[in-house]
Parts: sequence; C-alpha cells; structure tokens
Amino acid sequence: MIYGTDRNNTKHKTDHKPDIAAKILTTVPAPTGTGEAMNQYPELLEILNGVPHGIALLDQDFQIIEINRFLEALTGYSGEEVRGTYYDFVLRTHFQKNSHFLRQARETGMACNTEGDILGLNRKKIPVRFTATPILSPRTGHAAMVLALEDITTMQETRAGKKEIGPSKGLLGHSPKMQEVFELLPILAHTDSSVLITGETGTGKDILAEAIHHASKRGKYPFIKVNCGALPESLLESELFGHVRGAFTGAHADKHGMFQLAQGGTIFLTEIGDLPLPLQVKLLTVLDDREFFPLGSQKKVKVDVRLITGTHRDLRKLVGEGGFREDLFFRLNVLRVHLPPLRERDGDVRLLIDHFLQMFAANFNKNIQKISPQALQRLTKYRHPGNVRELRNIIEYGVNICRGEVIELDHLPPYVLDEPLSPPLSRPGTEPSHPADRQTDAAPNTQRPAANNHKGVPDNAANWSDIEKQNILGALIQSGGNRSEAAKVLAWGRTTLWRKMKEYSLA
Amino acid sequence: MKILITLQNNDIAPRFDLTTEVLIARITRGKISGAPRTILLPGPSSDELCSLAIKEEVSLIICGGIEDAHFQYLIWKKIEVIDQIIGPAEEALALAMVKNLQPRAILRTRPDRSTTP
Repeated sequence: MIYGTDRNNTKHKTDHKPDIAAKILTTVPAPTGTGEAMNQYPELLEILNGVPHGIALLDQDFQIIEINRFLEALTGYSGEEVRGTYYDFVLRTHFQKNSHFLRQARETGMACNTEGDILGLNRKKIPVRFTATPILSPRTGHAAMVLALEDITTMQETRAGKKEIGPSKGLLGHSPKMQEVFELLPILAHTDSSVLITGETGTGKDILAEAIHHASKRGKYPFIKVNCGALPESLLESELFGHVRGAFTGAHADKHGMFQLAQGGTIFLTEIGDLPLPLQVKLLTVLDDREFFPLGSQKKVKVDVRLITGTHRDLRKLVGEGGFREDLFFRLNVLRVHLPPLRERDGDVRLLIDHFLQMFAANFNKNIQKISPQALQRLTKYRHPGNVRELRNIIEYGVNICRGEVIELDHLPPYVLDEPLSPPLSRPGTEPSHPADRQTDAAPNTQRPAANNHKGVPDNAANWSDIEKQNILGALIQSGGNRSEAAKVLAWGRTTLWRKMKEYSLA
Repeated sequence: MKILITLQNNDIAPRFDLTTEVLIARITRGKISGAPRTILLPGPSSDELCSLAIKEEVSLIICGGIEDAHFQYLIWKKIEVIDQIIGPAEEALALAMVKNLQPRAILRTRPDRSTTP
C-alpha cells in the first residue's frame, strides 16, 4: 500500500503500478536485513534504472537498500557498495543527518518533499528536489521509503532570472572565432558521433562538452567527466571500466566504472592525450563494440554512451611520435572543434571581465561597479596564458582586494603587472586553415584581426553593452544603413546583427 | 605530517562545507605522535576550514564530499585531499598512515548512527 499518493488516480493512470508497488513491498527487508531480497526482482531495478531521476530505496532506519543507475552516476557509488549505508553519507545532502522531512514522511505516512542540494561525483553542488514516499508492507509490517531526487538546476536558474549571455550555457563570447563554435554547437548536439575538443588549458573545453551534452537528446541522462591524466594506469582502468569483487587487492565489492555510470548519457574524457597506450586499445574496443569486460569480470557489459574527448595536446603529433594510436585518433576525431585561446578572441576579454565582475561582486556582496580604463587596458593587452580560467581568477582577486567601487591597476595580481604585454595584432588572413595546425598555432602574430576589433573604447562607456551598441551604430553608418554590409563589417551573421539590434532597440 | 579529518560523530562528515568538527593528528615516522586533537568549529564554513588547515600546516585532508573550488584551492596550497570517503574516521586514519586510502573508498565498517533520525 502506498501512502501519500492518490491510489485510485494511480490505478487508472498506470495499471502496472500496483504490481511495482507490490514488488517494492516484498523487497522491504527486516530492519536488520541487507536488501538482498531486491536481487530477486531484477526487473524492478531495471524499471528504476529507466527513470531519469535519482531514486534510492531506504529501509526504516534510512539505510540504503538499493539505488538506481542515475543515482549511481550522481554519487559515483554502485548500489552494491552502498547497500546498508546511511543515505546521507552517500548522497551528501544539505540536511545531512537532520532529515526532518524524512522523519515527517515516516511518521505521517504521507509523501513529503523539500528542496536542497547534494554534492555530486564531480564535486559540484547540484540543486535537487527531494521527494520521500513512505511505503509499508501490510504482510510484514516493515516500513521503507522511496527517496526520489530531481535535478532542479534549470528551474532555479529560471527562478533567479539568470540570463544566458551566450548561445549556450556557460559559454560567452562575441568574437568571430567563438561565433564559429556557437554555430557548430547545434550540429554537434544533434548527432551521436564522437567529438574531439581541442584547445589550450583554460579555454573552456569542459564547459563546451557539458553544453553539447545538455543540448543533445542525452541531456537528461548523466554527464560524467574523467580526467585521464589524473590517475595512474591501474586505477584509471578500474575508474573507467569498473571491477568485480576480488579483481585486485582491496577490491572488496563490485564497482561500476564511469562508462556504466554514464549509461544513456555522455562521458567526457579530458586530457585524452595522457591516456596510457594499453587503455587506448580497450577504449577503441568499447567505441567499436559498445561493450567491455570490467576488470576481473568474465561477463561483458553493454553500454550506450556518447563519447566526447578533450585535450590541449596535438594528437596528430603524438600519433607521429608513437604516443597515441592512430586508429583511436581517427575514431575520436569524427567531429572536431577547436576552442581559440583568449588572445585570439577579439573583444571577448572585455565581455568576460564584465561578466566575472558582476558575478563575483554579487557573490562577495561588494558594490563594485566597473574596472578603471588603465586596469582594463592592462588586461586587454595581457597575454592570458591561462586563458579564461586565468582571467576569471584575476577578476576574483581584484574583487576581493578592491575596497571601493572601481577596480584599479593596483587591485590586479602583481604578476599581471610584471608580465610583458602581448604584441599588437597584425597580418590579416594568415590563420592556418587546417584545424590540426590551428591547434598548435598559438602565436599571437598570426591572429586575424576581426573587423569588429574595437579601435578605442569610448571613455564614457559604462559597460560592454554600450561599447557594442556604439560599434553597431558605427558599422551601420559605415555601410550606409545596409544591414548585410554592416554585419560583414562586424564579422557577424545577419541574424546575430538583427538579434543585437533588437536587443538594443536599434531595429 | 599532519592529517585533518572532518568529523560527524565518529565518522567522516559527508560534506566539507557543513563540517563543524575536525580531528587533527600528527604523524611521525608512520605513527601517531601525541593525542589527536578534536576541534569544534564555531559554525560550518569551507573557507574557515581551509584557513584552519593552512594555519595548522596540515599535509593531508580526509573528507567526504567537497566542492571543486575548495578542492582545487587546497591542492594549490599543496595540501593533499582524499575525498568522498565513507566510514569511521579512525579506520580512514589508519589506512591513510599506510598510504592505502583511495578517494571514494567506502570503509568496511559502516558508519555508526548514534543519532538515528
């Protein structure tokens, strides 16, 4: 019997539901039980695995009986590993052991819900709506709880009125090179082929991978990121493909690998250039056959996962040096996207400074309005070897240090002031056409100056929007009001120009 | 070297940002030297906990979940972090001393619940 739900309503909506409930009830173990009974109903677990939300089945003491695959992906633990463990240790919820709403659900017999967050596998706080539904077996009298976790990140962003500046979440940029990336994004999201993202460190490969995942049909399923350079070979194999109990010393229980945890979703292998050669063979097999043997297992595991890889290395060169398998390179290099370094993204530095300034000022409750022209000039001419990540850290530093309303030159980290500035942009049209060449070519003197390179930021410009508006007006005046010509001058598409004109009430 | 473990009763606290109690043990030649100290914090705060670890010159932090920003900050400060550990603090400390504690480990002795909800 399910308490807290409209049983009649449930009945005619889904006729099979009473059967599921009956099965759940029969799996509710005695208080000292371990949930082994769940194994008798593998089809029930399959049903739970089909739900694109995290689900945990808890006993009356709130110890875990089973978790579905989605929750395995969120937490990084397998159901077998966590069986018998208190839910709060596994889910890492904001309410920890003070689970008033769970107790309320147990005492009232009614479904209760609350909003909060959990700390996910990738050390990311995920806003979640928890719904606890108590169940009671009339036969044995043992109580249990179904705890469902729904990711409400998007809902919270909408509520907070956060405006997406870029065409995709987390990606910002108006430069022609970023526009090219944004134009590619829907294409990359619509297909299921492997994607290789190249670019220097700090250019946003992770963000792009996540954006592709969220825009794809797999967006509701897990996105799992694994850094191939962070773990030694032996651990990495277990991390990627999992292991069975007894596979090696210390393997006390079966453990799902990241490929299994990403089932239905996307796995992002960052620093793929650091993947050891023996694992490259295994990865190639997985890509070809969509199945693999976990470490020490005799049983093949089938997976339906999309692969996105990222690297700051030149894979073609690595292939030449024998450090990377050519066949795997071709398999990964189906769709390729290169993220330009910040020094090649004309105009984006200012946009990003504004964005980070607003973000950190709000986060740290500071009343910082703008950045001084001198500090801005320094930052726009700085080479940014760490790219967007470095710029973000510089602004965070400045916001922390600044006590007034304007970030001045002396609020910037000292190393920024000591570093030599990047040479001026020159030599139009010398950008290498081959993406492989483009990846390694980071010399600033081969940059193509964009048509919308700002030749002098107006002193009275309060923010990026003012500058952009004036650029549009300038281009329209230059082209005699011809929008197609103006778009060319700005190096934008006509649609982008139209959208911007509408945004600034110029249309 | 000094090891800091986030505590919730006798277990490793599930979340770094919500931790209000830590254990600090000094290890000399592979053995605990002196009695480990338990410090009660005025309130939960990741920033305060990071400051404490730096002030105490901790070399290793053992914790449950930790946000990436704080994880990266501690790494930058040259403090090793073994995170997403579930289980008793004492067992985690023993394993860490013999360099046999891996991230995401669930220690065999299950967390105790002296304050059952």
